[in-house]
Amino acid sequence: MAVTVRPVTRPERDLAVQVYIVEVLKGLGVTFRHFFVNLGRHAAALAGVKAAPGAVTIQYPEDPPALGGRARTRHRILRRSDGSPRCTACLLCETICPARCIRITAEDSPAVVIEKRAKTFEIDLGLCVFCGNCVEACPVDAIRMDTGDLDIPAMDRRSMIWDLEKLMRDG
Amino acid sequence: MTALLWTLAKVGAALGFGMNWAAFLGWVERKQSAVMQDRIGANRADILGLRVIGLFHIIADPIKLFTKEDFVPAGVRPAFHAMAPAVSLGFPLLALAAFPYGGTVEFLGRSWSLQPVESPVGLVLVLAMVAMGIHGVVMAGYASNSYYGLLGGLRGASQMIAYEVCLAATLAGALFLYGSLDLAEAVAWQTRMIAGVVPAWGAVLQPVGFVLFLVAGTALTKRTPFDLPEGESEIVGYHVEYSGMKFGMFMMTDLIESVVVACLAATLFLGGWHVPFLPVDAFSALGPMLAGPAMACVMVASFTAKVALVLFVLMQVRWTLPRFRFDQLLDLGWKNILPLALANFLLTAWAVYLAKSWGVSPWR
Repeated sequence: MAVTVRPVTRPERDLAVQVYIVEVLKGLGVTFRHFFVNLGRHAAALAGVKAAPGAVTIQYPEDPPALGGRARTRHRILRRSDGSPRCTACLLCETICPARCIRITAEDSPAVVIEKRAKTFEIDLGLCVFCGNCVEACPVDAIRMDTGDLDIPAMDRRSMIWDLEKLMRDG
Repeated sequence: MTALLWTLAKVGAALGFGMNWAAFLGWVERKQSAVMQDRIGANRADILGLRVIGLFHIIADPIKLFTKEDFVPAGVRPAFHAMAPAVSLGFPLLALAAFPYGGTVEFLGRSWSLQPVESPVGLVLVLAMVAMGIHGVVMAGYASNSYYGLLGGLRGASQMIAYEVCLAATLAGALFLYGSLDLAEAVAWQTRMIAGVVPAWGAVLQPVGFVLFLVAGTALTKRTPFDLPEGESEIVGYHVEYSGMKFGMFMMTDLIESVVVACLAATLFLGGWHVPFLPVDAFSALGPMLAGPAMACVMVASFTAKVALVLFVLMQVRWTLPRFRFDQLLDLGWKNILPLALANFLLTAWAVYLAKSWGVSPWR
């Protein structure tokens, strides 16, 4: 196999670059422009004049970010029309989970057409990597990651584990 | 007795000038960098829901630093470890006492100088004090029992070798014009006008010296682009084993040194307290009780405004340029700034000699 070589031309460093003072002034020009333009926009906002925003900052808790329609956020377990969880305890999500954060114990379902149901269903959100594989794997569309809820932190690791009841709250 | 009290009051005011600037700069630093990077910056500190564009961070910062644990690691040399922040901060603060914050004003039948320490060698005092400050850095590195701290301290010492000679050399041209090491004399010289329209400020007559001085002065402050003793991305620096307010004192040192550099630039290159086209007796219409204090206020305000301008530019440079490598800093100091500064000095000396021998005086 022939070795392919792609020659990379180094950027020319002419005298103006070598002296550096010109480059410093150019850089200062950029930062001064940003400074004064943004300062003007902030001042306009304070004065109540409509102008472009002076910063791209999102003030998180007060002003939550707009999430994309496909953003993967905290999980939820969906319900059937009778209110019971849709999960059939097939363990596909637990199997595919790369972070191994899902733990399901199965039990016999009283309904005739459904073989199994989840006795317990726990997701350790402290381990979850939010890959969405569980959602893709689920054959009965029982688990989704579309709550838009980012506010999941807790004071200890045990509270990061969500059980079936909590996951079904907004199912 | 009055003279002593007046001097003490002036020195106290000078220290307050430096400390308040340092506290304020801590806020300016974050806010200015935020605005130029399209961010908002520190705005969370509030008193009863009142935020005032984050100005309360000036109070929040010291409270946080003072209430943090003052952790002293095992194996440090305790005496030096405790002494280093004070040495580092104290000397630049003392340098602030030598600047003329204003000229001399008449009040209650006697004249009051607004310069805390009226020394005929004020500039030497300032340069000596900022050079002494580096002992705190080396001491911190030596006492920390940490290789990173030691490296930072050594870098601080070598950085001083890189800029200290150049710093004095950049000032030489301006001093040749003023003919004195007395900072008050330097300002008094700059109050004259060239052809009656342009103030004979150092920056006008010594533009090369001014720019070179700002570069060497930036190296003095140990801040980006010359923050090699601190080197956040690699060795953290001489203060790596410090916490709480001791660390805060090192941070303050950098800012106080910025203030000293700004004061030097304002005094030697921007005319100090001089306001162009403002006659000395501008406020005599206010009567003898008010004329002196009014003039004093204007002088101090003028000096402070010039210091603020230089600090603004220094801050902008700090957030614009990437840092230099160590050999680049030494090259810059010894191979570029020093020859240019000496050439500037020789040219100035030649021009002054010619002007004197021809009896020409372009100013006044």
